[in-house]
Amino acid sequence: MPQIPAVPLSWYLLLSAVLFALGVAGFLYRKSIITVFISIELMLNAVNLSFVAFSYHLHRIDGHIFSFFVMVVAAAEAAVGFAIILTIFKNRRTLQIDEIDSMKL
Amino acid sequence: MDTVLFIVFAVIAVVCAFNVVLQKHPIASALSLIGVMGSLAVLYLLLGAEFIAMTQIIVYSGAVMVLFVLVIMLLNAGAEKPSGKSWFAQIAGLPLLLGFVGLMGFLIRGSVVPWTGAVRFGSWAGGTAQNIGRLLFTQYLLPFEVVSILILIAILGAVVLGQRELD
Repeated sequence: MPQIPAVPLSWYLLLSAVLFALGVAGFLYRKSIITVFISIELMLNAVNLSFVAFSYHLHRIDGHIFSFFVMVVAAAEAAVGFAIILTIFKNRRTLQIDEIDSMKL
Repeated sequence: MDTVLFIVFAVIAVVCAFNVVLQKHPIASALSLIGVMGSLAVLYLLLGAEFIAMTQIIVYSGAVMVLFVLVIMLLNAGAEKPSGKSWFAQIAGLPLLLGFVGLMGFLIRGSVVPWTGAVRFGSWAGGTAQNIGRLLFTQYLLPFEVVSILILIAILGAVVLGQRELD
């Protein structure tokens, strides 16, 4: 019986690392506050993939629970974050991150 | 078959993630993020996480991304203005990023997980709604309740932040 080619677990973890790095890059390089937010969601997704991959490796579903909680917190964060963005836009009329600098010394 | 599915959807995820970072318009970034989330849902299915895959589609690609697109349209967010980046970011950004990925790859190939650990679709299907629900309401009951309070606070916070000034 021929061996079925299977994907090594480390490929999943490597994909997770690459997505996380891209999220960090977007978070640091982009200037629109909405895109910074999108990059945070990208990082959270990458971490979720890691959780699920390790969960498969250990044959336990605790990782799925953690990933579920991450999704819940991300949804709550999106609600509050967009309320903050709307307030900033109402007061400042801008979405550029480097123009929102009133806390700068 | 597993390998083909993994490679196809991993490539889609990485290309969409690059698109998220490189696009100038927020709406293009948001739509690319939907591509990342959809392909990640397929990868979750390959890893035997049915419930998480469905939650990913419903909560992330559904609810959260609708919120993103709604806010982008509401604020009429156009292309972001290019601004002067610091010299440190221009010089060291890319090497530091590649160094980070290289370090993670080194650690992953090294001692964290056995290199032989392989993923076969269907060999483990523990992530059903039944199993997760049972664990969520027994062992993880306290975090579950705490998270419900967190969501309540988030709703209140969004309402307070969003209301108009009374004058």
